Amino acid sequence: MTADTSRRDVLKAAAGVTLLAPGLTLIAAAPAEAGRAPGMPANASNRWGLLIDTTKCDSGCSACVDACKTEMALPSHGRPLTDAQYIRKVTVKDPKSGYTHSLPVMCQHCAKPPCVDVCPTGASMKRADGIVLVDRHICIGCRYCMMACPYKARSFAHEDQTGQAPHNPRGKGCVEACTLCAHRVDAGGRPACVEACAATGKAAMLFGDLGDPGSEISRRVAKEATTRIRADLGVDPAIRYQGI
Amino acid sequence: MLLLAALPVMAGDLTPSFPKASGTCVEEPGEMRKHHHSFLKHQRDDTLRLGIRGAKHSLKDCVSCHAAKGADGKAIPVNAEGQFCQSCHAYAAVAPDCFTCHATVPDGAAKTAAR
Ligand code: HEC
Ligand code: HEC
Ligand code: HEC
Repeated sequence: MTADTSRRDVLKAAAGVTLLAPGLTLIAAAPAEAGRAPGMPANASNRWGLLIDTTKCDSGCSACVDACKTEMALPSHGRPLTDAQYIRKVTVKDPKSGYTHSLPVMCQHCAKPPCVDVCPTGASMKRADGIVLVDRHICIGCRYCMMACPYKARSFAHEDQTGQAPHNPRGKGCVEACTLCAHRVDAGGRPACVEACAATGKAAMLFGDLGDPGSEISRRVAKEATTRIRADLGVDPAIRYQGI
Repeated sequence: MLLLAALPVMAGDLTPSFPKASGTCVEEPGEMRKHHHSFLKHQRDDTLRLGIRGAKHSLKDCVSCHAAKGADGKAIPVNAEGQFCQSCHAYAAVAPDCFTCHATVPDGAAKTAAR
C-alpha cells in the first residue's frame, strides 16, 4: 500500500504541474480530478470536507436538499418528522439584532465522531479519508448514534423501501445519513448538493480535500475566517461555515 | 451443492431454472455457484469499510449482468419469482435479505423504461 500511495502522490503532483503549466487555474482543474483507482482503499492523506458560505445561502432556496433527495432516492412518506433526510436547511436568528439567515446542515463528518463512539456493533464508522458512514450490513437499528449526534444529522428508515438507487442501498430498520456522496467522491466527483448549489443555487458550497494544503478549500480555510458548528464540543467536523 | 448437480437427472423441472446472462461471469460459474455468498460478503466490507471501488465481486455488477429484460424491454428485478437470484434461493431455502436495501435492477432501469 505504501508503494501505491507514493506512486499516486507522484501522479497527483505531476498532474498538478502539467495543469498549472499552461496557466490554468486550480478551480478549472478541480473537476478533472480522477477518481481513486479501482481496487484502492480510501486514503488517510485525504480529509474530505465542505466550506459553506452562509452569506450566499438564500433562505428560499432548497436546491441542495432537493438534489440530495433525488441523488439518494429518498422518498417522502408525508411525515416530515421521520422522513429520511440527509441534509436540511436551518434558519438561525440572532435574538438581539433579529438578523436571520439560512444554512444547510448535514453530517459534519467529525474527526472524532460521537456516533462511532456509542455504536455497539461497529456499524457507525469513519473511513480512512474521514467520511463517516453507517455500515448498514451490521446496523441493528438501536439509534444510539442518532441520540449521540450533536447535529441531528441521522435518520432512521421506518418503512420498507422500494426503488432504491443502486449506489444508496437502504432499508427498514437501519440508520442512515449523508455519505458526503462517497460514491461520487470515490469516482472523482463532488457531492450532489454542492453541484446543485453551483448550478441552480447560489454557489455557496465548496467541496475539497482539507488534507491537501494546495486544494482550494485548504487555501481558503487557511486565509479566511471560518467556523464550525458547536466547535466547543471538540469533535472536529470537516464541514466549515462562513458568516455564522 | 452436490445435490444441485445430481438433481437434473432425477427431477427434471424441479431444479431451479433462470434466465442466462451474457458475457463472462466474474469467476468460473462452478466457483460462483459454490462461493458467491462469501465473495459478496468480503466485497461488501471491502467496499463499504475500506472504500474499495470497481472491484470484482460488486453486487451492483451482479445485478447489471444478471437482471433479465422482459418483453417490454424493462429490466426484471433479479429477486422476482423465477429470476436469477430468486430461483436458486427458493430451491435451496435460503433467504438473503440483500434486496430489502440493494437495487434489484441495473442503474437507471428503475426510472427510464427501455434501456
Ligand atoms: C440495510 C441495508 C442493506 C442490506 C440489507 C444489505 N446491504 Fe449491502 N450495502 C448497503 C449500503 C448502504 C452499501 C454502501 C453502498 C455504496 O457506498 O455504494 C452497501 C454496499 C454493498 C456492497 C458493495 C457495493 C456493491 O454494490 O458492490 C456489497 C458487495 C454488498 N453491499 C453486499 C450485500 C449483500 C451480499 C447483502 C445481503 C447478504 C447486503 N449487501 C445487504 C446496505 C445494505
Ligand atoms: C459480466 C457479466 C457478469 C457479472 C458481472 C456477473 N455474472 Fe454471474 N454469470 C454471468 C454469465 C454469462 C454466467 C453464465 C455462465 C455459464 O453458464 O456458462 C454467469 C453465471 C453465474 C452463476 C452460475 C449460474 C449457474 O448456471 O449455475 C452464478 C451463481 C453467478 N453467475 C453469480 C454471480 C454473482 C453473485 C455475481 C456478482 C458478484 C455475478 N454473477 C456477476 C455473467 C456475469
Ligand atoms: C446456482 C444457484 C444460485 C444462484 C443463481 C444464486 N445463488 Fe445465492 N445461494 C445459493 C445457495 C445454494 C446458497 C446457500 C449456500 C449455503 O448456505 O452454503 C446461496 C446463498 C447466498 C447468500 C448467503 C445467504 C445466507 O443466508 O448466508 C447470498 C448473500 C447470496 N446467495 C446472494 C446471491 C445473489 C445476490 C445472487 C444473484 C446475483 C445469487 N445469490 C444467485 C445458490 C444460488
